[in-house]
Amino acid sequence: MASSSSNPLRLLNDLRVRAVLYQVVAVALVVGVGLYLFGNVSRKLAEQNIATGFAYLDRPAGFVISQSFIAYESGNSYARALLVGILNTIFVSVFAVILATTLGLIVGIARLSRNPMLSLLAKLYVEALRNVPLLLYLFLWYALIVAVFPPVREAWQPIPEVFVSNGGLIVPSLRWSPAHSGVLLAALAGVVLAFVVAGRLRRQRVATGIERPAWPFVLLALLLPPLLATLLLQPDLVVNWPEKGRFRITGGVQVTPEFTALLVGLGLSSSAGIAEIVRAGILSVGRGQWEASRSVGLRDGQTMRLVVLPQALRVIVPPLTSSYLSTFKNSSLAIAIGYPDLVMVSNTTMNQTGQAIEGIAIFMLVYLGMSISISLFMNWYNARVALVER
Amino acid sequence: MISKIATLGFLAAVAALAASPASAQATLDVVKKRGKVLCGVSPSSAGYSYADDKGVRKGFDSDVCRAVSSAVFGAPDKVEFVPLNTNIRFQALQSGEIDVLSRQTTMTFSRDNSLGLDFGPVVFYDGQGLMVNAKLGVKSASELSQAAICLLPGTTTLQNLEDYFKPRGIKYESVVFEDNNEWRNAFFSGRCDVITTDRSDLASVRAVANDPKQFVILPETISKEPLAPVVRQNDSNWKDIVSWSVYTLIAAEEYGITQANVDEKLQSKEPEVQRMLGVTGDLGKMLNLDNKWAYNIIKQNGNYGELFERSLGEKTPLGLTRGPNQLWTKGGLLYSPPFR
Repeated sequence: MASSSSNPLRLLNDLRVRAVLYQVVAVALVVGVGLYLFGNVSRKLAEQNIATGFAYLDRPAGFVISQSFIAYESGNSYARALLVGILNTIFVSVFAVILATTLGLIVGIARLSRNPMLSLLAKLYVEALRNVPLLLYLFLWYALIVAVFPPVREAWQPIPEVFVSNGGLIVPSLRWSPAHSGVLLAALAGVVLAFVVAGRLRRQRVATGIERPAWPFVLLALLLPPLLATLLLQPDLVVNWPEKGRFRITGGVQVTPEFTALLVGLGLSSSAGIAEIVRAGILSVGRGQWEASRSVGLRDGQTMRLVVLPQALRVIVPPLTSSYLSTFKNSSLAIAIGYPDLVMVSNTTMNQTGQAIEGIAIFMLVYLGMSISISLFMNWYNARVALVER
Repeated sequence: MISKIATLGFLAAVAALAASPASAQATLDVVKKRGKVLCGVSPSSAGYSYADDKGVRKGFDSDVCRAVSSAVFGAPDKVEFVPLNTNIRFQALQSGEIDVLSRQTTMTFSRDNSLGLDFGPVVFYDGQGLMVNAKLGVKSASELSQAAICLLPGTTTLQNLEDYFKPRGIKYESVVFEDNNEWRNAFFSGRCDVITTDRSDLASVRAVANDPKQFVILPETISKEPLAPVVRQNDSNWKDIVSWSVYTLIAAEEYGITQANVDEKLQSKEPEVQRMLGVTGDLGKMLNLDNKWAYNIIKQNGNYGELFERSLGEKTPLGLTRGPNQLWTKGGLLYSPPFR
């Protein structure tokens, strides 16, 4: 200890002691307030005879959910119903983020185009989508889908066995079996392998300077695993043909209008934000970089892809993270147009059981957990692009 | 959405945290001190509670609130209406945001016993029904296999549907909407083949359709939905005031007392009518109210039949018949305990 005095109050003048002391006081305050709230809540709930605890999660939910990626029926527990909701939220968010990123990149670049028509169109797109609340767009897309497409009984058939109606898009599907899942996994492995092979070949090329066509190897890496898996697992090809019933079309795979409206709404709205982020990123790269790349004979497209975008990523990635986060969180607007996401399932659960505090705690935890995961991933990615640029 | 969740969370937290007026203080004292009753109602439900073009709440449920106001204050307009959706209604009551919930709420065992709430007398005997487009030619719920059904979340509706269809082996697609307008539009535009909610509410939906005749309510009633006002638990005086306000409406119809003739009825020789109207005895005092409380309810609002005909009856857009909501003396279920 730096202080030599015997008076303990003198210790307070020591900066290090103070620093520790502040931390201790802050933690004590947070924990204290937390405990007080928890105790108070429990006591009051008991006083008012309001049921508490998470025991209700084991009880049968007793309601159906129209879209589910895992086996679920009304006899399953509330916990499983919530899981269905979480998966639906993740599913639509992931697709929305992919859509938004692709569109955002294209529009962002178009915004900087030297073609005045194109850049004006991109500007209009961005302004129109950024200045109207998402909820209104969701209502708009949903109303359009439901109004423009005919009822199921008069469904259009653009190609045989494919039905388009305001009940959704229905296409034939394979009857799924574990063998199919195996082939799908192998296909994913193929994609990863193809990237690895392409990377290796490129490094080889850079190291040796010998130009050899890379694509046959990449193609082989891409196709080999799924082909092998198909031969080994022998998945049978039973097609699930859509069949017109009295009301609905059964069989096949259905993309519901609720999902489509939500995906389009989320995707378009956040793509406008991402377009602006991309534009800012590209503008942040100095003109000298363009001129330098041109002087070594790169074409505009190549300059963008190989020189400018990698540098712009440094600027783009951090705000992109928050854009992804809000896309994910905004998916909770789903309930307004009938997509069964976590919030909808959770609301129903809270209403049937009356246990709102637990319900809110669950979806706060889920949203918090998911948001933190997205942030961590994006931070990792950010660190990577930042290092490349060093 | 997020703001709605925040509201819900806030209310839930307030319900638990606030030194709740329910346990600390009698609701009647709080209401009198405040000078008005806070009454939770539907935001917009034709016939039950909706704001007209002047912003005045109209409808059956709102009138029940006015009856309570008449009983407590001797005036029907000492009510502040708090529009609540299905998701936050119970929390609003638990937390003391409102004094009474009069909002097409079904009395069920678990609500009565796990939410810290008490239900008053049933004001409307309802049941869940199914409505389809007449063009489909559907005559019965048993034909609805594979149909898409539009629903509202968070009520007993969803479970009733499953309870009814599952044992009958009928599979269906459920499309659940938080927003009333989207829910109706999805049905009107043909996204769903069927729309389901309480029969009274179906009538309310049909009333706002472009061409109400285009829609048919199927004959099956797939659940019992006794709608009743709700108060917080453990305040028996306040619960009695709400309950007996409703009984007054019912008994008044039974004894032929109307808004128009209540003054003449003060001269009635019937002992029960005399007690009820406060001519003899002191029933009002037993409720900690003015002895004229029941007289005021009828004078200012009318009796049950008048309330019904005004908001729900055959001359209104809803066009409901009394059905089970008829007096017990006429074969219905409405029955008031004696005023003695």
